[in-house]
Amino acid sequence: MKKKTASMPKKNPLSLQLDISKFEKANDEEKFLQQRMRESTTFFKDGMRRLAKNKLAMTCLIIVVFIVLIAIFVPMIYPYSYEQQLGVTAGQSVDSSYNNLKPFEYGETELKRMEEGESIFPHIFGTDSHGRDYAIRVIYGTRISLIVGFFASIIVLIIGAIYGAISGYYGGKVDLIMMRIVDIIYSLPDLLMIILLATVLKQTLTPVIEGTGLEKLGVGMISIFIVFALLYWVGMARLIRGQILTIKQQDYVLNARSIGAKGGHIIRRHMLPNCISVLIISTALQIPSAIFTESYLSFLGLGVNMPMPSLGSLAAEARSGIFTYSYRLIIPAVTIFLIVLSLNLLGDGLRDAFDPKLKK
Amino acid sequence: MNSKLAFYIVKRVLLALFTVFLVITITFFAMKAIPGGPFLSEKSPSPAVTAQLEAKYGLDKPILEQYGTYLSDVLHFDFGPSIKNRGRTVTDLILEGFKTSGMLGLEAAGIAILIGLALGSLAAVFHNKWIDKIIMVLSTGSVAMPSFVIATLLLLAFCVWVPIFPPNGSTSAGLVLPVISLSLYPMAYITRLTRSSMLDVLGQDYIRTARAKGVSPIKVIFKHSLKNAVTPVITYVGPMIAYILTGSLVVENIFSVPGIGNYFFSSIINRDYPMVMGTTIFLATLMVIMTLLSDIAYKIFDPRVDLS
Repeated sequence: MKKKTASMPKKNPLSLQLDISKFEKANDEEKFLQQRMRESTTFFKDGMRRLAKNKLAMTCLIIVVFIVLIAIFVPMIYPYSYEQQLGVTAGQSVDSSYNNLKPFEYGETELKRMEEGESIFPHIFGTDSHGRDYAIRVIYGTRISLIVGFFASIIVLIIGAIYGAISGYYGGKVDLIMMRIVDIIYSLPDLLMIILLATVLKQTLTPVIEGTGLEKLGVGMISIFIVFALLYWVGMARLIRGQILTIKQQDYVLNARSIGAKGGHIIRRHMLPNCISVLIISTALQIPSAIFTESYLSFLGLGVNMPMPSLGSLAAEARSGIFTYSYRLIIPAVTIFLIVLSLNLLGDGLRDAFDPKLKK
Repeated sequence: MNSKLAFYIVKRVLLALFTVFLVITITFFAMKAIPGGPFLSEKSPSPAVTAQLEAKYGLDKPILEQYGTYLSDVLHFDFGPSIKNRGRTVTDLILEGFKTSGMLGLEAAGIAILIGLALGSLAAVFHNKWIDKIIMVLSTGSVAMPSFVIATLLLLAFCVWVPIFPPNGSTSAGLVLPVISLSLYPMAYITRLTRSSMLDVLGQDYIRTARAKGVSPIKVIFKHSLKNAVTPVITYVGPMIAYILTGSLVVENIFSVPGIGNYFFSSIINRDYPMVMGTTIFLATLMVIMTLLSDIAYKIFDPRVDLS
């Protein structure tokens, strides 16, 4: 081949022969021009970059991460546990001075032990009326509230995304029927239904889960999850359906279908990954609403089971001693406020960063 | 009225009717699913007495027959007798409680809409100025706390630390704090809603035209902008009523207002099932009607909305 090229006659201007000079090796300068100046960016990286520029959202992210880390790790190393009644040994009340301690006060037994030279971890927020260390109850309550918020949102996410995607993808009669069901559930007054279902579930579930692993989780929490799984996914389903309807028109979907991909495969591999920003944003905004609902139910006595605390139940409990021990309301209230506010602002920041419609 | 709108209204009314029917059905069967029945308390009556009581309230009949009877009773606005309040019917209690709660709810809704619209427009007119920022911080902050916490903190602040208002909500001065705690969340929401739709409207061409031809700024804001910016707020009226009604459950309890929410709260605690059912159905119907009205109003006021 090489020999033949070399012996080729000079190029006729009208000839269709290839220009040999175009096949020469590139020199260094030309190679340099071809170099990529920076890494090509993905949609996710692009969004994260914009999120990192948003100072407010980043502050909120740091606060959320900080609270989550405290809620996870502090109960492991803390010297008291959330259900331990300090004045009670083996079911017998031995020292009632532990009940209702003010912040940084100690029970009588503890004072004696301190005189003997023992160092004792202070009760930062005092103790409650049952002599339980209040600081660890707040931290553990934060953990429970976050768990409820997180898992309730995950349940909503899974059910809503699958339902919405199927409805949007198949369209036609399937869509019509599925969306009518959504309309009906959507128009039910959700909080009233939640109260009703939580009341009923609390009564009926208790004997069912007795002795199983679920018992430790508590009827209250399970009924909150069931209620979310039954009622709260409709908003997410509508949102995802809307997204799927626009994505369905894209060429890559047509392409996938033309090479014989099945519906389920297209939804899983092509459509849902392209709704990922909507999924993340609305899940982030769902967590505060779940925490709210849980605290509302706790107030009505339908939330998590005693002695397990949640921020809502702590605040609700604190109402009885509000005039003397107002800090017992204020501490969980401020914690709820911080979590919900940070998550709301973070969700807004995520929306600004990931919603391509707002892109400049 | 065009046929498309008529079709929409008919569709929505049918959906609302079906929703109410569904609520009644769910409530009925949910209550039947609770083990023990309403007569189970600390000092249970003897089996003979229970049987007689059940016969009196028709609880010994087959469940579908009970359901049929209940449906027809509800259609006649008869929710049966309250089990814990001897000698009173549920309808009686609901109507009595609703007089107070209705006032409370209306006041809260009115305040939320008026102040929300005012703050929202103010924020939009002074977009990105300090006044806008303050309003946004306040409205973002006040949606981050559950209503019962707000109510308790208000109680603490204005009845204990600075005793301005009585902590008991049975007098009219005592209703001030419940109204504030109920209206805070919807007010913040309406503020944000108004702000964003106002910003949208203020960027429109016809506003620039109005300004260019020398219409006074006040007139531009009230006549040209606010009138057009108010439509999204209409859709929020339904959900707002729902929020206020469910919020009144806890707020009325905290301030001991003798309203329907307070009755509902105690009937849940006391397991007064006919009362729980009656109040749920009553409140749910009210919410569904309000949502229906606000949706229809939205379509009528904003002809741009696609009806398909």
